[in-house]
Amino acid sequence: MPPAALGRPPQLPQLPAQMFTTAAQLLDLTDKKLMIALRDGRKLLGILRSWDQFANLVLQSTKERIFVPPGTAPNQTRGLYADIERGIFLVRGENVLLLGEIDLDRDDDPPAGYDLADVELVKSLAKQKKLEEKIKEKAKVKKLSTIGFEGEN
Amino acid sequence: MLFFSFFKTLIDHEVTVELKNDIQIRGILKSVDQYLNIKLEDISVVEEIKYPHMSAVKSAFIRGSVVRYVHLPAAAVDIPLLEDATRREASIHAGKAK
Repeated sequence: MPPAALGRPPQLPQLPAQMFTTAAQLLDLTDKKLMIALRDGRKLLGILRSWDQFANLVLQSTKERIFVPPGTAPNQTRGLYADIERGIFLVRGENVLLLGEIDLDRDDDPPAGYDLADVELVKSLAKQKKLEEKIKEKAKVKKLSTIGFEGEN
Repeated sequence: MLFFSFFKTLIDHEVTVELKNDIQIRGILKSVDQYLNIKLEDISVVEEIKYPHMSAVKSAFIRGSVVRYVHLPAAAVDIPLLEDATRREASIHAGKAK
């Protein structure tokens, strides 16, 4: 740093050239409302406040949105979703699948085929669905291993 | 850096990105960086009904490490140029190895 710059923060920080494009992409999304899909399948909605070159993220006013597809409960013809308030989130970059910028005009519309439902109901249905899927996945991996395939991960 | 340069030639073309969790996202490639992180705009999701969380999303930043495939528009790929670039890259690396 040149001596003149010591003692005061630079007006517009200059980014190193090699991280320019990553930074430029994330810079566009800063202070916007985003949907973040994580590797474990969680979906977070929040405002992106800070980030670095690894896509480590800080989110404000975060909500976790959980979905259950139609047919999870008997006679359930439409999907259900619910939001849980989570506050401030710091997400480690490796767990991020994608960041989606939300179209604010469409933000208040429920996803096609889905209705807002009670949090506890959606939570319990999602838990049940996860359990069913785990059993299915286990059976699949077992079957694949008998014919010589190793599972992903 | 070959594929970084290659993807840069595809900017503003429509591509479909398939992620490791099987979701396929089609959109206009707007940006790519050295980790092959991809920014897509005007996105649409194949089998949208299965992925309700994407319904209000208009553009997406996809982390390079989670991409399985990128489906390219065949017309936008200059094959002779790509072959030349591949050979050039290979010869640079061969030179370094000596």
